[in-house]
Amino acid sequence: MATVARSIQPDESGTVYHVRAGAEGTVIDVDGFNLFYGKKQALFDITFSVPRGLVCALIGPSGCGKSTLLRCLNRMNDLIDDVTINGDMRIEGHDLYGPGVDVIALRKRMGMVFQKPNPFPMSIFENVVYPLRIDGVRDRNVLEETCERALKGAALWDEAKDRLKESALGLSGGQQQRLCIARAIAADPEVLLMDEPCSALDPIATSKIEELIDELKGRYTIIIVTHNMQQAARVSDNTAFMYLGRLIEFGETEILFTAPKVTKTLDYVTGRFG
Amino acid sequence: MPPDSGHTFTTSGAARATSRPTDLRARGEPFLWGLGGALAFGVMMVAGLLLLVLWNGFATFYPRPIHVVTLVNGDVIAGEPTRTEDFRPPATEVAALPAAVRAGIETNLGFADRTLYRTGNFDLYGDDFRWITDYAVARVATPPDLYLFERLEWGAFIGRIKSVDLAGATFYAGGIPLDRLVAAHDEARRRWRQIREIEHDEIGRVNQQIESERLALRKVELRSGGPATDYADAARRTDARVVTLTGEYEGLAARAAALKAENARYTITLTEIGGREKSQNLADIVRFYPANDLSVLARLGVYFSRWGEFLTAEPREANTEGGVLPAIFGTFAMTLLMVVAVAPFGVMTALYLREYARQGRLVSIVRISVNNLAGVPSIVYGVFGLGFFAYIVGGTIDQVFFPERLPNPTFGTGGLLWSALTLALLTVPVVIVATEEALAAVPRSMREGSLACGASKWQTIHRIVLPRAMPGIMTGLILAMARGAGEVAPLMLVGVVKLAPELPIDGIFPYIHFERSFMHLGFHIYDVGFQSRNSEAGKPMVFVTTLLLIALVALMNATAIVVRNRLKRKFVGGQF
Ligand SMILES: Nc1ncnc2c1ncn2[C@@H]1O[C@H](COP(=O)(O)OP(=O)(O)OP(=O)(O)O)[C@@H](O)[C@H]1O
Ligand SMILES: [Mg+2]
Repeated sequence: MATVARSIQPDESGTVYHVRAGAEGTVIDVDGFNLFYGKKQALFDITFSVPRGLVCALIGPSGCGKSTLLRCLNRMNDLIDDVTINGDMRIEGHDLYGPGVDVIALRKRMGMVFQKPNPFPMSIFENVVYPLRIDGVRDRNVLEETCERALKGAALWDEAKDRLKESALGLSGGQQQRLCIARAIAADPEVLLMDEPCSALDPIATSKIEELIDELKGRYTIIIVTHNMQQAARVSDNTAFMYLGRLIEFGETEILFTAPKVTKTLDYVTGRFG
Repeated sequence: MPPDSGHTFTTSGAARATSRPTDLRARGEPFLWGLGGALAFGVMMVAGLLLLVLWNGFATFYPRPIHVVTLVNGDVIAGEPTRTEDFRPPATEVAALPAAVRAGIETNLGFADRTLYRTGNFDLYGDDFRWITDYAVARVATPPDLYLFERLEWGAFIGRIKSVDLAGATFYAGGIPLDRLVAAHDEARRRWRQIREIEHDEIGRVNQQIESERLALRKVELRSGGPATDYADAARRTDARVVTLTGEYEGLAARAAALKAENARYTITLTEIGGREKSQNLADIVRFYPANDLSVLARLGVYFSRWGEFLTAEPREANTEGGVLPAIFGTFAMTLLMVVAVAPFGVMTALYLREYARQGRLVSIVRISVNNLAGVPSIVYGVFGLGFFAYIVGGTIDQVFFPERLPNPTFGTGGLLWSALTLALLTVPVVIVATEEALAAVPRSMREGSLACGASKWQTIHRIVLPRAMPGIMTGLILAMARGAGEVAPLMLVGVVKLAPELPIDGIFPYIHFERSFMHLGFHIYDVGFQSRNSEAGKPMVFVTTLLLIALVALMNATAIVVRNRLKRKFVGGQF
């Protein structure tokens, strides 16, 4: 059932891969990536690839480096002083950290949704079209179309269509999170990075966002960090299990959850630790 | 012990409580008392100061009765009782007193009371105020026919009307038609205002035009370097212009003279309590009222008319009387200009320090230095402002742009602009610190959200961080404004004067005259209270002006606070 991409390494020092046969081209390729906060290493030799149009879940106990890895993908870690990296990280073959990379253009290709909703202190409409505003789009029709498309995409249109002019801070937490998703997809990115998007939400809002991820799949490549095993199992095609800064096991979700090769992974997905 | 876990818990809890008693110190009550006491002390001091200013400020303009005091030695004095105090009369004087009075003073430990009367009539007495010891008083009366006249010159006159001459028709005491007197007074005051308008505004404008013609000619002279042909042409044209302007000037002067002649036909003759007389043009009397014969309504009328004059008129009598409009205006204009200068400067500095500069030793040193600037005595800023802004910057501006006016300085001396800039320098640390704090308080998640959308750093700052930090920045500006509006010492060096002939804003191009010196309420207080010929006369004005300054600062602050709260509602809002 599973073909082996590179090699099976049953010991815990390397990564174990199970990758679905015939997966289409990859969008993101990470190869031997290390990251240090000051002197402290937070990511060790991460190597994996994300296939186009699929959902990839990052799981692992708290502090294992999921957010760090995700933030490397759109270079959010540039904002933190004293971060050093080495290794290779590519989007469609282009080096993310190469010399002369336009970070701003890069971030425009990578939408990001944060763990805590972070709407801007403006109207709902302005929030959604913010990525267009910063590109200098003034055309009212374009803005309105984009707003409607993004809000519909984020399953917020019905709730928000009558209050587009109101402040986004007046929305509920779940609505705010969906607004942030709308904002992230308004710019039509290639990849959507989601860092525990449902951690502040109730089950209904969570299921809405899960449905949303299902809908968005195919159009966008999605990488989602989650602590919720069921969620990872429900929404993702591939799953990466991380532990203490290392990628332990990576592969098709179904296999990783039912027949992991590494005992750590088994313990974690069955809830024996973490 | 029953195997009930709850019960077990309480007993063991109680046992712990006895083994580790919580003493009074740990609960913090004594500290609470200290804190509350400190607060109460502070509130009392502030409230006391405010009450003093409010009471004195509001009471000053209320008309008081005039007492006619007959002394034991037969002298008669008329005046407004101002205040009463204890004093220790000299022993020789006490020894000469009757036994009953002496006994009274002795039981009072050698102290007696005395009252300060405002007698007015400075032109006749050479003094406005007089102390009267209580034991020297034989009788006090309040006759209804005593009037108080507020005059343009020499201050108040207290006395009776002897006669009135209204354009040839003379009336004597007892037969004076009051309504005609009041009407004639109103007319005379109206003419007086017209004269002032002509002399001040219109003649001022003509003079200014003559001056600018002269300066234009001088410019040509400086450029052509002497009697070249274009200079001769210019001189001819200037002469012609000056002739027409002089004609205009003479016409205006004639109109003013005619009005003055008309005013001279309305006079009033007054007698003071001792019988000496004083003739006076009606036009030179600001207002008059029978102090002991006033209804409450009439008193309030006088009260508000005084406030009106205070707020809208120019000062006279070495600033101890009249209004403070130029000072209100100067304070307001200077403070506004200061905020306009300090806001962009302080905000940009803070933005660079907080958002762009690499946080390290150098930035820390800069930050500490900025904070320490707040400890430099304000007079030093005045010296710096005079030396740098006025002499160096202003001197250069004069050389380059106004060479024709030299050696008279234009910008090369203190003025509105230099004062505003000096105060901006004085208050910029407040704005920088407040702005830095406001910027630091913008949640990181919001910046990251914006950056993740592909916004550049500047777009993030401009669209997200600055609006969100605006309420905090406004708080800094409010503090700076309050600090700047109350500052006097540096201003004395860089442009505030005791009496400014012209407002810094008027109808003559370019309308705002940044180079002009101006009046300031804070300096006005100092000048009236401590520099006038008669500090007793200035004392009420000190309180009223203080009240006004506080009111002005409060008004500006209230406006800023309303704006800030609106921004806060808009940008900070409730989360979840
Ligand atoms: N700015 C930082 N400076 C220094 N160390 C950091 C920083 N951010 C994260 N770390 C460290 O890096 C490691 C990985 O953190 P990271 O936030 O990626 O974990 P995570 O897997 O996202 O955890 P969680 O599930 O709790 O969000 C942790 O040990 C953390 O302490
Ligand atoms: Mg995390």
